[in-house]
Amino acid sequence: MVRTNWKVFEEDYWAISTTLQELLKNSNATSVILLDKTGQLISSVGDEPRFDMYSFASLCAADFEANAQLAKLIGEKDFSTLYHQGSNESMYLARVERDIILVILFDKKTTLGLVRLRTKKAVENLATVIRGLYDKLEYENEEYHEELGEEFTAEVELEIDSLFSD
Amino acid sequence: MSLINYSSREINVKIVYYGPGLCGKTTNIQYIYDKVSPDTKGKLITLATEMDRTLFFDFLPLELGTVKGFKTRFHLYTVPGQVYYDASRKLILRGTDGVVFVADSQKNRYDANIESLYNLHENLAEYNLKLDELPYAIQYNKRDLPDLIEVPDLEEELNPKRYPAFEAVAVNGIGVFDTLKAVAKGVLRNLS
Repeated sequence: MVRTNWKVFEEDYWAISTTLQELLKNSNATSVILLDKTGQLISSVGDEPRFDMYSFASLCAADFEANAQLAKLIGEKDFSTLYHQGSNESMYLARVERDIILVILFDKKTTLGLVRLRTKKAVENLATVIRGLYDKLEYENEEYHEELGEEFTAEVELEIDSLFSD
Repeated sequence: MSLINYSSREINVKIVYYGPGLCGKTTNIQYIYDKVSPDTKGKLITLATEMDRTLFFDFLPLELGTVKGFKTRFHLYTVPGQVYYDASRKLILRGTDGVVFVADSQKNRYDANIESLYNLHENLAEYNLKLDELPYAIQYNKRDLPDLIEVPDLEEELNPKRYPAFEAVAVNGIGVFDTLKAVAKGVLRNLS
């Protein structure tokens, strides 16, 4: 079952960012991106991408999910990592817990071996943060609810009306 | 699956367009893409075959602007309508916050609509979701074509619970935004 609704709180965000920064530095990658299985971007560090990050996240999630289905067809539970090799830029994707995907973009300044090695450690660190976050969501702090009240709904509906008009 | 990021103060929500093959799901998304202002939309991604049939999905990110300090984004997806792409449909439906069902109003597509709606119920059930629990709207598309099923008959067969329903000619934009607005508002009401 997929988590239907989830949130990233301030302290978890910084814990995630620190791990991503460390991975970026230790692996000599160009960018490190964290997203969830439905294609929502959680965080990214490294070079400013030359492409639309939201489209990238949605395609990465689709890529990972399609491969998970292929894994099932051949009798595997899933593929916990994927590697796409390009002539200049390459991508390494790794699953973190059930619902999160870590994507590392790298070029010839580093090697797949180093990326793989450093990613393994980062996945462990991120898993700890994500598990903590899931626990927190089970006993969610009421104060966070207050920020999105009726006033938010009313304002957002006005925005919707102005954006979606012929 | 909505994602609320309290640190970057962003809310991302996902809406899926469902329906039988060639009913106009991609046309809906394409019209929205053409009409919204360039600074609010991301790149339209279409994974289609050479015949312009959706192979995996279309994806359009839309930015609503900042409301009460939160940057709100809609991610619109379409599923491939053809029967044999069910595995892809199931994947795209994962974690959706709202659903639009696009029905083809033509008489010869009557059975295809019913089959697709049944398939939607089945695939949602795999994620322990029910249509009753999601913001949902139905669109009766292609109302400009000849040989149509009357709207009351479509309502009877496809919408007995009388969810919000809209007549549309998606290719000209008629009904496109009305349908999207109905679901988008429902999704955001669920968040607050």
